[in-house]
Amino acid sequence: MILRGRVLVKGVAEGEAVVSRKRISFLGDIDPETGEVTDRNSDISGESVSGKILVFPGGRGSTVGSYIIYRMKKNSTAPLAIINDVSEPIIAVGAVIAEIPLMDSLRDDSGRRVDPSSVISSGDHVHVNSNEGWLNIER
Amino acid sequence: MYLTSDEERALEGEYGETVRKSMEILVALGKIYSADRLIEVESVQISGISYRNIGDPGIEWLESLNARVRVPTLINPAGMDIHRWQDMGITEEFARKQMRILNALKKIGAKPELTCTPYYILKPSKGDHLAWSESSAVIYANSVIGARTNREGGPSAIASALTGKTPRYGMHIRENRAPDVIVDVNLKLKSHEYSLLGYMIGEEVGDRIPLFIMKGRPSEEDMKSLGAGLASTGGIPMFHVKDVTPESNEFDMPKERMVVENLENPQGCEDPDLIAIGCPHLSGRELKKISNLLNRKVKKELWIFTSRYVRNRIPEVVRKIEMSGARVYTDTCMVVSPATERFGCVMVNSGKALCYLPKLSGLRVKFGSLEECVEEAMK
Repeated sequence: MILRGRVLVKGVAEGEAVVSRKRISFLGDIDPETGEVTDRNSDISGESVSGKILVFPGGRGSTVGSYIIYRMKKNSTAPLAIINDVSEPIIAVGAVIAEIPLMDSLRDDSGRRVDPSSVISSGDHVHVNSNEGWLNIER
Repeated sequence: MYLTSDEERALEGEYGETVRKSMEILVALGKIYSADRLIEVESVQISGISYRNIGDPGIEWLESLNARVRVPTLINPAGMDIHRWQDMGITEEFARKQMRILNALKKIGAKPELTCTPYYILKPSKGDHLAWSESSAVIYANSVIGARTNREGGPSAIASALTGKTPRYGMHIRENRAPDVIVDVNLKLKSHEYSLLGYMIGEEVGDRIPLFIMKGRPSEEDMKSLGAGLASTGGIPMFHVKDVTPESNEFDMPKERMVVENLENPQGCEDPDLIAIGCPHLSGRELKKISNLLNRKVKKELWIFTSRYVRNRIPEVVRKIEMSGARVYTDTCMVVSPATERFGCVMVNSGKALCYLPKLSGLRVKFGSLEECVEEAMK
């Protein structure tokens, strides 16, 4: 399935999806040293986001989250790309400074808005082209 | 979003990697907030620079920057007085990390003026577009001066400093500055009660811009305290005071109305071991008032916070205050510095401090007027 999206940070990436239906604060919810989700209330608690295509509705919490995303990139624990339903500044700024491709506001081929956390499942193989603004989901 | 050809070139990397990323931040934020284009800013204030808040990841990013600021750029208070940190009980490890942050900011051309009251130094005019960060400075600039700024994050303020631009959305657009709710204040307020009013009403107004109708005429310092309190418990970047603030008569009166009949003094603790004044940083006028109130030696720790700029302009007033045993610290404040953590009960006259000291430093807080604070220190 091919979806189109709004490009916030350019780049291409390909890998396995890890999908949360909850908003994420990179400060506190994720261990930047390992990439593991440490927030016990998260629906992906215990899973790793490193080297994955991370899909979630959007960010929340402290603006320090932007710097945590940057640190994860330096530690090689960052996700390969981020797909949001609607991004907010903490995630967007973090993705820019860490050079992680970021897209949001996905639409299907009939132009209808779709929620990425519903149409993408953890384990799906996703090809993200955030230069041209599309992604391809394979199961 | 429309970009000029020069902005396009910056985004393509023609002015280097740091400027490219800065432009990418502004364009991403512009898309998120549906801005139509970028506009030029007169000045920038960078927040998120206390080592306590941004830690090592923040240092790493700041040290990676390789460009120069295009407009006057000041900095929010850091975690310590940059000369007298030992006196405050700051550790050497913390001081070293904090200085790395400040040196990285100096390297990009930011002025080492660390204050939440940049308006005492930069003096913006009505209608100026700014990219300021600290919540009390932002609300003061919009409300009391009539300048226009959103509340920027650390990296977005730096992106504006390095490009001289910001996306046009939010408070930069006239319609978004209209009041949403009338707040009728049915009592005559003393100075510290403006701060308390802000603290109490912030949560109730949420993200609606209030238009206050006051019984008296608040001073600029009263409105500084009111705004700081409002912005700490609420999410708003602006307020109006009818017939006082510069845009208060430029819009239709809102239909919604709230009435304030009384203010309750919050009870946190009784016997303070620290009295802290200067959240936000004090003006010269406020420091003079304190020096007149201090007519004998203090018996408790009295810490007073202002900007280095204001302190350096009235050395004799500062000397008189410090003769009493009180300390006048600059570059930092009670909220962002870890130095207050070793105390148990702190007395303040600030609604903003009342909001943040329990949350950030685990302290209990006693609230009183400026006069009561100084009296408590000498008791």
